[in-house]
Amino acid sequence: MEGGTPIVELRGAVKSYGAVQALRRGDVALRAGEVRGLVGENGAGKSTLVKLLAGVIRLDAGELRVDGEPADFGSPIAARDAGIAVIYQEPTLFPDLSVAENVVMGRHPLGALRRIDRGAMEREVQQLLDRLGVRLDASRPVRGLSIADQQIVEIAKALSFEARILIMDEPTAALSGPEVERLFGVVRTLRERGSAVLFISHRLEEIFAVCATVTVMRDGEVVHDTASADIDADELVRRMVGRDLGAMFPKTETELGDAVLAVHRLTREGVFTDISFEVRAGEIVALAGLVGAGRSEVARAIFGIDRADAGHVEVCGRRLKTGRPLAAMDAGVAFVPEDRREQGLVMDLSILRNATLTRLGALSRFGLLSGSTERSLAAEWAAKLQLKFHRLEDPVDYLSGGNQQKVVLAKWLATEPAVLIIDEPTRGIDVGTKAEVHRLMSELAGQGVAVLMISSELPEVLGMADRVLVMHEGRLAAEIPRSEADEESVMRAATGQAVAA
Amino acid sequence: MSSSAEATAGAAPKDAGSAAVRLTEFVFRIRELGILLALGLLITVTGILEPRFVSADSLRDLAVNAAIIAILAVGQTIVIVTRNIDLSVGSVLGLAAFMAGDVLSNNPGLSLPVVVALGMLLGAACGLLNGVLVTFGRVPALVVTLGTLYIFRGLAFLWTDGRQVNAETLPDSFLNIGTARVAGIPLLAIIALVVVAVVGQCLRDLRSGRELYAIGSNPDAARLAGVRIGRRVTSAFVISGALAGLAGVLFTARFGTVDATAGTGYELTVVAAAVVGGVAIFGGSGSVYGAALGAVLLTCITSSLIVLKVDAFWQQAAIGALLLLAVALDRLVGLRVDAALRQRSSTRAG
Repeated sequence: MEGGTPIVELRGAVKSYGAVQALRRGDVALRAGEVRGLVGENGAGKSTLVKLLAGVIRLDAGELRVDGEPADFGSPIAARDAGIAVIYQEPTLFPDLSVAENVVMGRHPLGALRRIDRGAMEREVQQLLDRLGVRLDASRPVRGLSIADQQIVEIAKALSFEARILIMDEPTAALSGPEVERLFGVVRTLRERGSAVLFISHRLEEIFAVCATVTVMRDGEVVHDTASADIDADELVRRMVGRDLGAMFPKTETELGDAVLAVHRLTREGVFTDISFEVRAGEIVALAGLVGAGRSEVARAIFGIDRADAGHVEVCGRRLKTGRPLAAMDAGVAFVPEDRREQGLVMDLSILRNATLTRLGALSRFGLLSGSTERSLAAEWAAKLQLKFHRLEDPVDYLSGGNQQKVVLAKWLATEPAVLIIDEPTRGIDVGTKAEVHRLMSELAGQGVAVLMISSELPEVLGMADRVLVMHEGRLAAEIPRSEADEESVMRAATGQAVAA
Repeated sequence: MSSSAEATAGAAPKDAGSAAVRLTEFVFRIRELGILLALGLLITVTGILEPRFVSADSLRDLAVNAAIIAILAVGQTIVIVTRNIDLSVGSVLGLAAFMAGDVLSNNPGLSLPVVVALGMLLGAACGLLNGVLVTFGRVPALVVTLGTLYIFRGLAFLWTDGRQVNAETLPDSFLNIGTARVAGIPLLAIIALVVVAVVGQCLRDLRSGRELYAIGSNPDAARLAGVRIGRRVTSAFVISGALAGLAGVLFTARFGTVDATAGTGYELTVVAAAVVGGVAIFGGSGSVYGAALGAVLLTCITSSLIVLKVDAFWQQAAIGALLLLAVALDRLVGLRVDAALRQRSSTRAG
């Protein structure tokens, strides 16, 4: 694939968010008529690369070229004017407006007196949709369309301004089989028209089905760039995960007790289906899988934040009422959510107040809080967790990510839980604190707590877990014991490839 | 895999989908019809209990009372559609009303279009301040316009300095606007109808009008689509202000006597009218026709309760109940649609 000047090209692209280097070396080129796959684990830097091409963020260093000329996208509009369209996993549409209006927003065809020519608008958009070979009524509102149809609307939008480059960020994650086939048909149509497509997917069989070339990213770097005919799935997975596992995940061996948490055939329609598993006292079970596989949603349903449509959860043999977080807390379940800032902490409140939020009942007498017991409880946990802080009265907003996570942990550990559900325990936390969080989880398991950990970081999963449950598209795809779990077996199950028996 | 089996398998989710669409469209359309229905019911029942309520004079009175609120509701709709709110309209009306009266008392010879233009300019200036603070100051519209509600009212008090404008000092040609009829229809009502029709067409048929809906429906998507959000939102506030200015001039023409308190409390009635009229308070949907009908309905309720000699407390309570009913209806529709969507995508995936 060396024909012609690339329509768009990134050379040595670097992008940091604060201290975190999200993209260390991004090299990618897209030529007319090329369908290129982009693969990598969660956090490998794919999204950052896409955002750079989409004009959502700007390069820190490196080069962006359009048609061989240096370019700088200051805004998504600049990228669009250069002919680049991005179709995100979650379409960005106007639910209240019609399909046709969504496609032409800001570029409506005009009639007399600069009034919108609705007839022409709907005809044009209907033609686009027909050309894509999809049955969709241009005049209906977008509200109520499936994700697949919404993506088609996005593609029609891209076509309407003659996009030369179409970037699809995991377009198939929410699609069913026939919908994926339809999307592939559209991608092939685009290729024949001379557009270039950058196709991001975790499903390797899709990469091989539709892409001629493939770029592999790992830890913020483009590590491999090849024709897809020259590589097989095993090799691709190896390139995606190949890195050394540090010995920084010390899960200590513990005696396992009885099953504490039992999940029976839990289902939430359209999100996850038929999830059953147990976690025993002293055990750490990891729930692995790709972003969007439904892991966090399962955790939320277990804790009762979301109501399950079918199935139930038992804690220590007692059945929990669905949809009642308070009932789950009373039964001894603690939940450390994925998004600390939004769901785990009250950012403006002090460390003290945050740490004791879950214990208000026990700390109050006649409905009034006792300041001194509140203080001693918070101080006790701060010491146990080696929290680095100035004063207990400081808002948690001032703490580093790692220390914030410790406050969340303190909050839940103060309830002396039987089950700890922890979603992405070390996301955005520096290496030193990471090890401390891991040590804490390990200690908790040692004390007989059943731990369910959701993590996108494979080394963490492999290092910490006694057992790995792998989810794929809302279902449990595999259960892998510690002895057999390695990066390839987990990735294989997570990308929907059959686990070798 | 026979072709007929395939066809039926494909048809089921499709039907579920179009049923959801039909439901949505039905409810969106029914919204304006529903208000008309409620209005008809209210007038009929009141007319049966008190026949004088449906006399020509009484109905004309109703139309005149509704006209000013309807004009304000139209401006409010433009703002609410963009996911903002303008609470300062009552105060802007007060300012413009007093200005019109004061200017005309001092220069009785001034031509009417000039007075109207002055009022609208004053209103537009107030709207510009709101719009700039909201878009460039990045302060929520609720807070900005709550602040300017007090500021504009304070300005009115400073300006009037305890005075009031009396009908005697105003030229008859001006006061005639408030009482004149064309083919039996009050002029004020005709002006309101023209405002509703013009703004309604603009929101429907101009790019800028559609972009207002886009901003309210999904601001992030609007930004990605290249909509200049700051400019559009600012102009929405400017138009709302200008219409409040127009309403102020008409207010003076109708009542003749004006002091600094003119239009106090109107903002809530106006927001209520828009919401009752089906304008979604979180933006993106609703029409000025609905809002204007909402204004008529609220005015009508007030009048009919007065005619039926119902306690003033119940008038307020009735408006409150109507508002809650309207919001509950919106929520219900939203939930139904969401549920239909979720069920549908799961049948597809399964």
